[in-house]
Amino acid sequence: MSVKIFAYILHKKGVADDTALELLSAAKKIDPNVSVTALVAGSGDALEKVITQILPSFNDVWKISHDSLSYVIAETVRPMLARIIPKGSIVLVPHEHFGMDLAPGLSIKLESAFVSDAIDFEEIMDQKIKLVREEFNGQVSTHVVCDISHGAVISVRAGAFKPEGSKTGKGQVTDKTSEAIEGGIPGQKRRYLEVIEAEVGDVDITKSDILVSVGRGIEDQDNLDIIHELAETIGGDVSCSRPIVDAKWLDKSRQVGTSGKIVKPKVYIALGISGSFQHLGGIKGAPFIIAVNKNPKAPIFQVADVGVVADIIEFVPALTQKVQDIKA
Amino acid sequence: METALISPAKAAFLGIPTVIFSLIIPVVGVAVFAYIMAKRLAPLVRALPDERLDRPCRRLVAVLKYYFGQYKHPRYITAGIIHIALFIGFFIISLRSVTLVLSGISEGYHLPGFGGELGAAYDILKDYTVTVMLVVTIVAMIRRGIFKPERYAVPPKYGKDHTKEAVFVLALISGLLISDSFFEGSLAAANLQQGIHSESMVLGTTPWVAALLLSGVSTESLQSIHIGAYFSHELIFFFFLCFLPLGKHFHIITSLPNVFMMKLDKGTVKPVRWGVPDSRLDELKNFGVNKFEDFTWKHMLDFYSCADCGRCSDHCPANAVGRPLSPRFITIKSRDYSFRHYPLLGDFIISNEPLIGNILEEHEIWSCTTCGACEEECPVMIEYIDKIVDLRRYMVEEGMVPQSLQKPLGALEKRGNPYGKMERKRADWIKDKNFADTFKVKVLGNGVKAETLFFVDSVTSFDDRIQHIGRSTARVLRACGIDFGILGPAEMDSGHEVRRFGEEMLFQQLRDKNIEAISSTRAKKLVTADPHAYNALKKDYIGMPEVEHISQVISHALVEKRIRLKPFKEEGRVFTYHDPCYLGRHNGFYDIPRKVIDSIEGLKRVEMGKRCKDRSFCCGGGGLYLFYEPIEEKRMGQVRVEMAAEAGADVIITACPFCMINLEDAVKTSGLEGKMEVIDLVELVDRHLEI
Amino acid sequence: MEILVCIKRVPDTAENEIEVNRDGTDIERDDLVYSVNEWDNYAVEEAIQIRDKVGGNVTVVSVGDENAEEVVRREMAMGADQGILLSDDVFEGSDGKGVATILKAEIEKGKYDLILTGAQADDGAGQVGGMLAAMLDWPFASLVNKIEISDDKKISVGREIAGGNQEMNEMDLPCVLSIQTGINEPRYVGIRGIRKVASVDIPVHGMGELGLSPDRIGKAGAKVNCLDYFVPDPGEGAEMLEGSTDEILDKLVEILKSKGGIK
Repeated sequence: MSVKIFAYILHKKGVADDTALELLSAAKKIDPNVSVTALVAGSGDALEKVITQILPSFNDVWKISHDSLSYVIAETVRPMLARIIPKGSIVLVPHEHFGMDLAPGLSIKLESAFVSDAIDFEEIMDQKIKLVREEFNGQVSTHVVCDISHGAVISVRAGAFKPEGSKTGKGQVTDKTSEAIEGGIPGQKRRYLEVIEAEVGDVDITKSDILVSVGRGIEDQDNLDIIHELAETIGGDVSCSRPIVDAKWLDKSRQVGTSGKIVKPKVYIALGISGSFQHLGGIKGAPFIIAVNKNPKAPIFQVADVGVVADIIEFVPALTQKVQDIKA
Repeated sequence: METALISPAKAAFLGIPTVIFSLIIPVVGVAVFAYIMAKRLAPLVRALPDERLDRPCRRLVAVLKYYFGQYKHPRYITAGIIHIALFIGFFIISLRSVTLVLSGISEGYHLPGFGGELGAAYDILKDYTVTVMLVVTIVAMIRRGIFKPERYAVPPKYGKDHTKEAVFVLALISGLLISDSFFEGSLAAANLQQGIHSESMVLGTTPWVAALLLSGVSTESLQSIHIGAYFSHELIFFFFLCFLPLGKHFHIITSLPNVFMMKLDKGTVKPVRWGVPDSRLDELKNFGVNKFEDFTWKHMLDFYSCADCGRCSDHCPANAVGRPLSPRFITIKSRDYSFRHYPLLGDFIISNEPLIGNILEEHEIWSCTTCGACEEECPVMIEYIDKIVDLRRYMVEEGMVPQSLQKPLGALEKRGNPYGKMERKRADWIKDKNFADTFKVKVLGNGVKAETLFFVDSVTSFDDRIQHIGRSTARVLRACGIDFGILGPAEMDSGHEVRRFGEEMLFQQLRDKNIEAISSTRAKKLVTADPHAYNALKKDYIGMPEVEHISQVISHALVEKRIRLKPFKEEGRVFTYHDPCYLGRHNGFYDIPRKVIDSIEGLKRVEMGKRCKDRSFCCGGGGLYLFYEPIEEKRMGQVRVEMAAEAGADVIITACPFCMINLEDAVKTSGLEGKMEVIDLVELVDRHLEI
Repeated sequence: MEILVCIKRVPDTAENEIEVNRDGTDIERDDLVYSVNEWDNYAVEEAIQIRDKVGGNVTVVSVGDENAEEVVRREMAMGADQGILLSDDVFEGSDGKGVATILKAEIEKGKYDLILTGAQADDGAGQVGGMLAAMLDWPFASLVNKIEISDDKKISVGREIAGGNQEMNEMDLPCVLSIQTGINEPRYVGIRGIRKVASVDIPVHGMGELGLSPDRIGKAGAKVNCLDYFVPDPGEGAEMLEGSTDEILDKLVEILKSKGGIK
């Protein structure tokens, strides 16, 4: 197969996102022999730092470096990419906040097909690719066949592929800036103003080693006491999934997930959390995950290391007691 | 009759005959009073209709019981006695006051029939009454002004303290009593000075005290005091009359009609619009209470009738746990609104502004669990639940429904249960392995028939914990020898809370489907273990067969010896019974469940102090209340569990699935796990069945 | 302001397990109930609030079969001024691009300042908004959780981004926004509300009215096709602790200690 595969590299403050190497391994799943080209847009030293980091992993890196990209917004990048990516290519984009902004429109501009939130690639057939997606919150999966005769933009779920760590890239950088800005800086109809940082709560869960995380299974705000007690007993911090924040039972700063905080604890205790991928997307660094949930079919058990089927309202106080006994 | 002083009918002041004042004061007083009353009636005329004149005999009985009998007053013993004393006193001295007013015009006037011995006897009674009332008034003033019982306090968000008005009115009453006493005392003193026999002196009464005090005063001064006292009485009397409709003392006038026109059907909910049948509801432009004039005239009369005694809020569980609801202030705020918009002077302010967001707030109205504690306490039968439901009907219409309730309401619309579970899983609770092995519950329809239909309702069908109550009910019904079945997937939620949350059309949809399903089974009797379902089937549905709560079924079976219960063997356990609101207050079953419990030999049962029977404290509410997230400081269930613990109980028996959920939760959150148990009445009976 | 909100009818799957039918061609739909996609509902609420603030009109549009009319009606009961149903047998089997093409044709018939879509759907890909914007060459922002109308030329828009942060942008009108849940508190729509709009006419536009050619829409134009549905293999998953509560607790505490989960 001779189709060209591009991977869009996300980065922040001069550091490449974990998804960079995940996209690389996703691309290798499509075609193990493919030479993947990294697409990276930004400006100044930060961009150069990112390029240095990814260089060992990719054969080719196409960069767009321009002051208008000091804060990258999809509206500006999309037309630039459309100018430089050859028709018929496959473009992999991480399926997250930026990717969701960028990718669907990019497929229109490239006149290619679009598949979102792919979690696996199964088969390449003649001009077609068979991939796996999830629907209904991961309750069912579906095989999707995508016609790639005119190329495709595919957004790839973060964490679905193990990062490619081989670092066997040739590391050749091509500056595509002039081509990308030919005809002017696009996307001026949407202008970036600022980022309003989420309030930092009293506890910074991104720095915790042990997280006692609570989800919908807690049922009631008053029951949160048992979670705080356990956290205190084992020396961890309390975090939670989105429903708890939506119900305003805990502060937004405690929320783990793609729309909350990205945490990297050593031990993660998921209590009454079903384990949606948005939540799991917030857990990085492969912690040891212990899951307690009433529902034996809860998806969290698929990613946890140890699982217990129990009602947390009964189980957690018992666990707290046990740990206290041992400590005494 | 010869007297030592000139009477007000004959006296003169600065050369003017005082009879002129005796004529002018009543005429002006009555005219002003009539004017004020007309203004007060104005909003009632603009209000929505209400039907309150049916069943006159029952209404008369209610008047005798609640008005003349002052039935609710002794629930608060001190305030009750004070009120009853003043109430009786008012009736006695009102005759005297009328006599006085007329005697200012015609000297020596007495009411027809009061000329002879009856009059003399009345005078004695009256003198004692005046004396007692004065003492009571002073006690009341001290109580209100100095001791200030907590329930009269006005939280800052609800405005200014009402103590001044209360004390002022008490002062007016004492003024009436004192002036009367001096009017009479001055005459007696003068008569005594002149050696004229005075028959009106009764030893130890206030006129007697006044006469004693005035014994050394000159006749001339006594004459002035006599006339002065008379006109003081006259002025206070008419001032008081006109003052009544200006505040909480309006109840002196309105409580009689308010009691007569009280709601007779407990546990029901008023129709969306009186006089508009369900089939024509679609023609109504709007539902519920948006602006003030959307209340019915009777509900406005309720506002006028509130004596601000605070008993409702004192017993309101929502108020007790710090929810933003105090029933008393729903009334006070509405009355203030009415007075502001229908002023005595100047134009009426007819505005279309919604009450919600102006004088009432959304959470305030959602906070009510419709437990009925407030209405149970109110001495003048003011209604709250219907008003709350009407306000909610408006909020539902406007889409102002808390997010937490929208999902269950949507699920009820689409699936007939608030959980959104599939209809076909509604009877899965009878498929529980251990249960199904020993018992096959009939699902009625398709030729399967039974005498009795067990209406299960959603919570018992779908909640893991409550399914146990369902299975216990089934076993108990079988033990009682009752041929029964369930509707299974054809059953819908009873809609009890749907209606009380103001979603009338959804309720009617659920009700109509249920009525159709129930009728098609041709069952002769309905049984349920859920008081909310019971209340719905009995009060909200039409044309249903006889409905019984499982506690009634058990009670009959015990009496008829169809079942026997084993003795309770565990030592040291103390039980208490928690009255579910919709079994107790709304349906009056207090003794039946207690008798069932007490028929278990060796079971020790205590009451939770005063908070039992019609003063039971709501667990937090059933049906949709499980989904509502209130603003509160504490859970109601927790307060209730603490009451049980305080009573020395370690097992709470209830007879409602929702009480079970709320109280079991509360046991966990109160840290009483392992120390306190909650059990449903039917589970208790199931455990003790002697087979 | 003329606002168009694109809505979709989806199975309501929150409380029930979705099962795959016997031959794997679809999910088991017999016992499903449908409602408006949750994200779209937020979008409609937002549109209504904007209209109530600055005036204008809210139109809801849905691509679907005749059943989709029910969600259009529901959103009209919520307060949308008009509803349009885009329905044609030919539309069936359209992929995201096909749906965007159909919507674009409708949008070009009117004169809209603002197009809102839901950010995603349970059975969707979160793609239509972005595609539509690219087709129209209008600016686009996804995952919008705040909209402030500055004037009739521009608006300021907050987007949800990583870490719970919010990215603020200024955008020129007309534009396309995909709305994230939580941007507002959608109002309740009762049965009475739906009945009130029961007889309102909802125009149905098909291929002919929209001037579309069949090769770009429907099954024929779809580049992305669903092959089958399946329940994912649970994989290895967690080591499940079993036994009595005490045994489980003992094992769990041991594991916690060994992994540094007790300080």
